[in-house]
Amino acid sequence: MFGKLSWSAIPIDQPIPMAASGVVALVILGVLTWVVVSGRLPYLWHEWITSVDHKRIGVMYTLLAMVMLLRGFADALMMRGQQAVALQSQGYLPPEHYNQIFSAHGTIMIFFVAMPFVIGLMNLVVPLQLGVRDVAFPTLNSVGFWLTATGALLVNISLVIGEFARTGWLPYPPLSEMTYSPGVGVDYYLWSLQISGVGTLVAGINLVTTVLKLRTKGMTYLRMPMFCWTALASNLLIVAAFPILTATLAMLILDRYLGFHFFTNEAGGNVMMFMNLIWAWGHPEVYILVLPAFGIFSEVVSTFSGKPLFGYRSMVVATMAICVISFMVWLHHFFTMGAGPNVNAIFGIASMIIAVPTGVKIYNWLFTMYGGRIRFATPMLWSIGFMVTFLIGGLTGVLVAVPPADFLLHNSLFLVAHFHNVVIGGVLFGAFAGYTYWFPKAFGFRLHEGLGKAAFWFWLIGFYVAFMPLYVLGLLGMTRRMQHYDVPEWRPWLLVASVGALIILMGIACQIAQLVVSIRHRVTLRDHTGDPWDGRSLEWATASPPPVFNFAVMPDVSGEDAYWLMEQRAKRQASDTMPDYRDIEMPRNSPTGFICAFFATVMGFALIWHIWWLVVVGAIGAFATFVVFAWRDHDEYVIAAADLARIDQAILAERLASTRGVG
Amino acid sequence: MSDHSLEPHATDVAPGDQGDGRVRTRILGYVVGLGLAVVLTATSFFIAGTDLVWQPSIALAIIVLAIAQMGVHLVFFLHITTGPDNTNNLMALAFGVLIVVLVIGGSLWIMANLNENMMPMDQIIQMQR
Amino acid sequence: MAIAAIAQEDPHRLRRLDASRAVHSGPASKRIVTGYGFWIFLLSDMVMFACFFATYAVLSGQTADGPKGAELFDLRSVAAETGCLLLSSFTCGLASIAADEREPILFQLAMALTCALGLAFLSLELREFIGLVDRGAGPTRSAFLTAFFTLVGCHGLHVSAGVLWLLTMMAQVIAKGFRADILRRVMCFALFWHALDIIWVAVFSVIYLIGAGK
Repeated sequence: MFGKLSWSAIPIDQPIPMAASGVVALVILGVLTWVVVSGRLPYLWHEWITSVDHKRIGVMYTLLAMVMLLRGFADALMMRGQQAVALQSQGYLPPEHYNQIFSAHGTIMIFFVAMPFVIGLMNLVVPLQLGVRDVAFPTLNSVGFWLTATGALLVNISLVIGEFARTGWLPYPPLSEMTYSPGVGVDYYLWSLQISGVGTLVAGINLVTTVLKLRTKGMTYLRMPMFCWTALASNLLIVAAFPILTATLAMLILDRYLGFHFFTNEAGGNVMMFMNLIWAWGHPEVYILVLPAFGIFSEVVSTFSGKPLFGYRSMVVATMAICVISFMVWLHHFFTMGAGPNVNAIFGIASMIIAVPTGVKIYNWLFTMYGGRIRFATPMLWSIGFMVTFLIGGLTGVLVAVPPADFLLHNSLFLVAHFHNVVIGGVLFGAFAGYTYWFPKAFGFRLHEGLGKAAFWFWLIGFYVAFMPLYVLGLLGMTRRMQHYDVPEWRPWLLVASVGALIILMGIACQIAQLVVSIRHRVTLRDHTGDPWDGRSLEWATASPPPVFNFAVMPDVSGEDAYWLMEQRAKRQASDTMPDYRDIEMPRNSPTGFICAFFATVMGFALIWHIWWLVVVGAIGAFATFVVFAWRDHDEYVIAAADLARIDQAILAERLASTRGVG
Repeated sequence: MSDHSLEPHATDVAPGDQGDGRVRTRILGYVVGLGLAVVLTATSFFIAGTDLVWQPSIALAIIVLAIAQMGVHLVFFLHITTGPDNTNNLMALAFGVLIVVLVIGGSLWIMANLNENMMPMDQIIQMQR
Repeated sequence: MAIAAIAQEDPHRLRRLDASRAVHSGPASKRIVTGYGFWIFLLSDMVMFACFFATYAVLSGQTADGPKGAELFDLRSVAAETGCLLLSSFTCGLASIAADEREPILFQLAMALTCALGLAFLSLELREFIGLVDRGAGPTRSAFLTAFFTLVGCHGLHVSAGVLWLLTMMAQVIAKGFRADILRRVMCFALFWHALDIIWVAVFSVIYLIGAGK
């Protein structure tokens, strides 16, 4: 009846996961109770859960990322703590638990922190920057978000019911095959990624179509803000790379569930095919994450230097070059696994070549700053911190792109330090820069500057204290994922690294405090102008937060982004004529995404535990949801021109009043 | 947003949509496509079973015929042309084909190289015994 | 005033570079947007099939002393399957013409033919699979058969999904007529069906024809 599921699946004898999940359950229950008791459930349902508004969905993606960041960071603290004490002893984490923690840390940080963070920011900003009212497929957008949330939910369920994978963030066979991992851990990993992978693919298709087909009048390709270009490249990579992940994980699923022989040791299976395919996805994935961050830095650096982006066209070329070359380097993740010198040489050279467009970008940002009047607001601090940190990470990357050096450094902590250097210094700093930069746009008030700066410095210093020792440890020969070790020389460096993790914890505390303080002081931090940073692209041309339709009249872009706003302001202040308001159609809210995700969760859980009847129920439910959705007759509602005029005039009046107040 | 935008899009067309063609010419297009596809398929099946052709060339010939037939399908059934209204559709297709070529070609090259440099799995298992 | 403002904002006259560019006339129509989005999805599907093809190519020699392709494949059955799919592509094309011309009866007829041909294809494929399993050449026999069943089965699953979609579209046209949103879905379905045919060309060429020769 319940497949492999029984009461023994709940780890009552292990205090750490039980306590952690107890706390999480209490928090969730508390929030739910508060929502219901205070009567906010209808609001939540109508305004957020069923919303197909790209801004709301973007905010929900970002929120998901930040909550999961706490989970992933808790794992990181536990690992640092374990390695700080586990010299010639078992530490406080038994190996099977420690292995689950490092697997969950990597999986969560890449798939449920970095991905939703960048997708959320792209969702929020790209349509605004392009001057349009929504993405190409609003309801699918909601489906994509909720499927991603389903994946995150399944990973967290594994904390309480059953176990998570012990195989690392990429489940290399044959370890991940049924013979060596008979538990449900790998299945949790596989199904949560398959489900959230569908969500990511949907988001990718949606944003590619939005950028290529929905731009407002006059927004030619070479007038698009840099962030839109990087979003386009990143989503093209999603569309091209995520099917590879889906196919590879599907093969592993078939091996585990039906006894197929893709990656087994028996009957001619070939484990190296898994390494090959997973990295054919894995390397583009790195650029899926970092390209939008590059776009954010471009926007931030240009805004806070008060100058147009230097070398816009070279930046576009560099972005698209990275988009293609990122598909030609994947072997460098397994140089040491048996390829011959000619293959290694070609892929090593390609890996070094891809550093060139990245270098072009760094120079462009530096030249943008050169001669500008730089304002050191929090987003700018993150950007400068990024440039220094990412440069170091990139250079160590070029180092490990040299096959002979990689033979020494492969699987060592040097490598761990390298990719944290690029992912934290590149993606996460970018996400934080974007978060502070666009927060006023999303909510209508700024984040507290002082706490934001404090968070930045804690993060920056904490990062260096935590990860520079790992470079040293890698050179001292320490491999990654060690539950305990016997070399006393490593101990001091690991202690320093754990102190670094604690400093980062202070940074996270500052960020939480920043959010709370800003919400409490939202009246004083209110942004009336819609353009708190003196920005240069179209998202600053509408109110903060933007009305549901973004733009009452679709903007007509007549030059590069910065100028449009200038002219528009001038026009608005000079002329008394009413803009030509017309009725507009907006997509109606739909619970399709949420219901789909519900059935996907049921189906995923049933598949993990081999509860076959429940799988059928989930599948039929999901299909029925789609048919019901397809049968709707009215998927749009109309905002009348008169209402539009009323809302828009109020916005303009507020904006004019605030600019007069300043001037 | 409606099905027909306010301004005519002379420079854009949905993939699979033809320009305005009369019914007869459209049907004729499908008939020609079907005819060509049948001829190419029949040739492939014939070559695979015949002794008339130099044997090592058969695989290559079949692949060439397959690629030709895919082209026929693209042009006559999916109406992907090189016209200016199809630029975006064609660019997307080209990107997809590039990725497919990279993934298949790269995988085959890498795996052939690995197999050459590493002992086959069954021999390793033999040694362990 | 305008020129002075621009000169002030753009001292290097960078904007001039853009002046000669073709203008962009705004968002595309819904039909183009939907069709393009689906086209992108098809390309991602193509990449997924590419992975299964690559895996098949790598594993095709790994028969683990089991049967080889030449001993298993029945080219007559494959030819019949190919014929079914090719003809169904043709009837599917007729259905899209009928939909564009708002001819409900012709549309339903062509779609029903497409459905019948698709089902014939599926039953032939199923018969082949059952025959293989009965002969002890199931997917768990060897890595070659694993890759074979997965690749061909994945295509078969796509066709099955296509048949489900096709029936839904027939019902929707009956219930709602040729509304704009229904026509968009018909267009996407046609794209899907034709794309499956293209994948089948690769399947029969690479797996069956070359495989039978080895």
